[in-house]
Amino acid sequence: MPEHTFRVNGEQVTVDVDSDVRLLWVLRDILGVTGPKYGCGINVCKACTSHLNGRAFNPCAVPVRDLGPGDEVTTIEGLAATAGADLHPMQQAWLDHDVVQCGYCQPGQIMAAVDLVRRVAAEGREITDADLDGIRNICRCGTYARIREAIRAAAAAGG
Amino acid sequence: MTTSRRRFLGYVLAAPVLVAAASPGEAQAAELLDLNDIMTAAALPTSGLISVEINADGTVSFALPRAEVGQGITTSTAMLIAEELAVPLHRVKITLADARPELLFNQMTGGSNTTIATYTPIRVAAAVARQRLLAAAATEFGSSDLRLADGVISTRDGRRIGIGELATKAASPRTLAVPVELTAKDDFTVIGRPHGRIDARDAVTGRKKFAMDVTVPGAKPAMVCRPPTINGKPGTVANLDEVRAMPGVTDVVTISTGVAVRADTFGQCIDAVRALRVTWRPGTVEGKSDTTVLRELASAELPLGPRPITPYVEGRFTFHFRSNSALEPNCAIADVRGGRAEIWSALKSPIVARQTIAARLGLPVSAVTVHVTEGGGSFGRKLFFDAALEAAELSQKLGKAVKLMWHRADDSRQGRTHPMATSRVRIAYAGNLVLGFEQRHTSVTTDLGHGLGELFTAMAAKLPIGDKAFAQTFFQFSHTSPYDFGLHSRLLSETGKGFNTGSMRNVYSPDTTCARELVVDQVAARMSRDPYRFRHDLLRGDRSRAVLRAAAEAGGWGRALPAGVAQGIAFHSEYKGVSACLVEIDCRPETVNRPIRDGVAGPRVTRAVFAVDVGLAVNPLGLEAQMMGCVMDGIALALTSSLHLRDGYFLEASWDNYFYTRQWNTPPDLRIIIMPSDSDQPGGAGELGVSAAMAAVACAYGRATGTMPTTFPINHGTLSFVPKPTVPPIPASPVDGLDHVR
Ligand code: FES
Ligand code: FES
Repeated sequence: MPEHTFRVNGEQVTVDVDSDVRLLWVLRDILGVTGPKYGCGINVCKACTSHLNGRAFNPCAVPVRDLGPGDEVTTIEGLAATAGADLHPMQQAWLDHDVVQCGYCQPGQIMAAVDLVRRVAAEGREITDADLDGIRNICRCGTYARIREAIRAAAAAGG
Repeated sequence: MTTSRRRFLGYVLAAPVLVAAASPGEAQAAELLDLNDIMTAAALPTSGLISVEINADGTVSFALPRAEVGQGITTSTAMLIAEELAVPLHRVKITLADARPELLFNQMTGGSNTTIATYTPIRVAAAVARQRLLAAAATEFGSSDLRLADGVISTRDGRRIGIGELATKAASPRTLAVPVELTAKDDFTVIGRPHGRIDARDAVTGRKKFAMDVTVPGAKPAMVCRPPTINGKPGTVANLDEVRAMPGVTDVVTISTGVAVRADTFGQCIDAVRALRVTWRPGTVEGKSDTTVLRELASAELPLGPRPITPYVEGRFTFHFRSNSALEPNCAIADVRGGRAEIWSALKSPIVARQTIAARLGLPVSAVTVHVTEGGGSFGRKLFFDAALEAAELSQKLGKAVKLMWHRADDSRQGRTHPMATSRVRIAYAGNLVLGFEQRHTSVTTDLGHGLGELFTAMAAKLPIGDKAFAQTFFQFSHTSPYDFGLHSRLLSETGKGFNTGSMRNVYSPDTTCARELVVDQVAARMSRDPYRFRHDLLRGDRSRAVLRAAAEAGGWGRALPAGVAQGIAFHSEYKGVSACLVEIDCRPETVNRPIRDGVAGPRVTRAVFAVDVGLAVNPLGLEAQMMGCVMDGIALALTSSLHLRDGYFLEASWDNYFYTRQWNTPPDLRIIIMPSDSDQPGGAGELGVSAAMAAVACAYGRATGTMPTTFPINHGTLSFVPKPTVPPIPASPVDGLDHVR
């Protein structure tokens, strides 16, 4: 079987697995990185949202062959380290607003939120209702309102 | 409040460290004992108790005999213990108990009952621990003038000892019965104050472990290739050897529900399931569609009474099938080898699951261990254990451990649904007087499932949750109307089997309330009365009127709005709780037709104000979260989310087919009002809020469009997606993920 080498949360990993296995399963089933959740497997629910080289992506829709040694995958487990803290400001905002209910969607929500704030900041503007409406991540527990508050707070704090 | 209502009997269990316990059922009042009496309870069958344990490191452990599926009961439980035991909340460690058959119905999570049923017993156990710790400290210090705070006992002259250091000294070699007095409500410092969830940090860092995150040696991923129609049965497999030879695949075998594959990764399971060529036998609702079920419901409907001689308003409403899929799909780990079985799954009825799994496997119940994992949502789903049963069957067949998960498409198409129902409402009136209310609710049979029915009958007298949540004849069909509506009659009729049904954040109330409230609006219009004032005048009880008033005032009832935008207001009472919701909805074409990729836009709820009084709110922050979730459910039920039945299967196979509320449907202005309460009895609320929210959205929609909606969700008539194929049963995983990176 082919070997695939890339980086996950700051560490280089090499896995021996068929090239078309989607990264979500490489992370969860082979590497034991279970923060990204399965909710659909077809890039719809966004529960698996993680970052590739600092940008949000959905590993359920990326074959492992697409990654190379220069690629850095950040999952929820590695997010805080990107901010050099115990918690990323977005995670802190999530705690401050007690966003979580069952928590299943929340790793994906937080990773998507960090990416949204990054993109909006890059455009040099404030978060709008339309930005928040554009988040596709499902929360079947219906935590949407607190998600919006937490994102606004983190964005305002420069998170 | 009298003292006796706070005096109860608890126990100290024989153990090397302090273990304090209480009976989980009806808490025994300590009427017969003086507070200083302690008796040895040698013959006490302690196995049926729930217990609080003090650890040497100063933490307190409690194994909650319930399922945490997002409703926040681990947090509220920790708060009860922190209150009675005067320890900081973060030192209370709550785990979920394995199936404990001796607890009977004290290990069933449902009907929003957890807080009500456990409120006293957990505090009694903690109070016993407090009393023992203080007694041990008194011996230690030679003084009984002690103060317990923050997990430390101190004397007036400044000597201090942590409760951890007393864990052994306060222990008892014998089991004792101990009367205790619970903290008075006025002295609460934890209960009733807002607290963030105790598992939030684990959840936001990815450390929280759901069933599929648990590592069990040898438990490889497994999935099932399922039939194209509901509950179809597998026939022959044409290419077994070919699929067995696919990369990563370890096993392919036919089980009762389909053809199961086990592989190194779920990705390889998906590929194998898609590759299988299976002949299928018919399902249990072959050929049925929305239209045929509607006809069955019509013929099962019980007649209304004789037509009134006075004026009356009638309405007939249809509520389509809805999916109670949680975001975590059905899943379980099973290891069935060597005459024993071990199961891991988020289960709300683990005892019934254990018994059923044992029977299915032909093992004695004592050979089956059932671990309750954290659940990624439930909404009724996790009262059932379809995946656990399947995983057990597969593991036994293979003699290997399996981690079995349903694909989202399976979860949507073959998973449980809220049954389709119709509701007919008639309100008779004369002048300004309402004379009578009649409702005939007709529903596809709700599965109370897997032996629950028999157990309920057997246990009826002892039910701590009351039979209102699950029994065939539901409480709300016998209780009185919240309104002063004269003669009152509500009847339920159920028909048809073959669907995989279950409750969904309640069984009937959202539909029956929605139907009732819409007709109430019609009656108010006929009488030229304001819908809010009309309700307010006819509601019974101060608490009811107070929540309605709170929602109306905070939401600005009656404020001027543009054409196409309107308010609606509705009321619902249940679980000793009362609730009211005010909604503003924007039905203008530019809003309804705003572009949303692969989603339904439709009318937008722009404001929702929800007022609730559940009695004592143990954790107001958690209650608020539950109500927010309920409002999102109410919006979905009224506007967007349903399953379409065609040719014996549901068309929806994805979250972009089944339109649960998404960010673009949420009200930008959402306010939850928790009413002050002087009650000392807590109320449950996990489900309470859906009804008033759904009804308010429906009423607002009716007022904005000038037409009372009669079919729910309102967009059911338009199919807003292209249905996925049923063979293969699950969609391929995309490969273009990187193209979408922005
Ligand atoms: S699992 Fe990746 S988007 Fe749903
Ligand atoms: S918190 Fe449960 S799905 Fe979002």
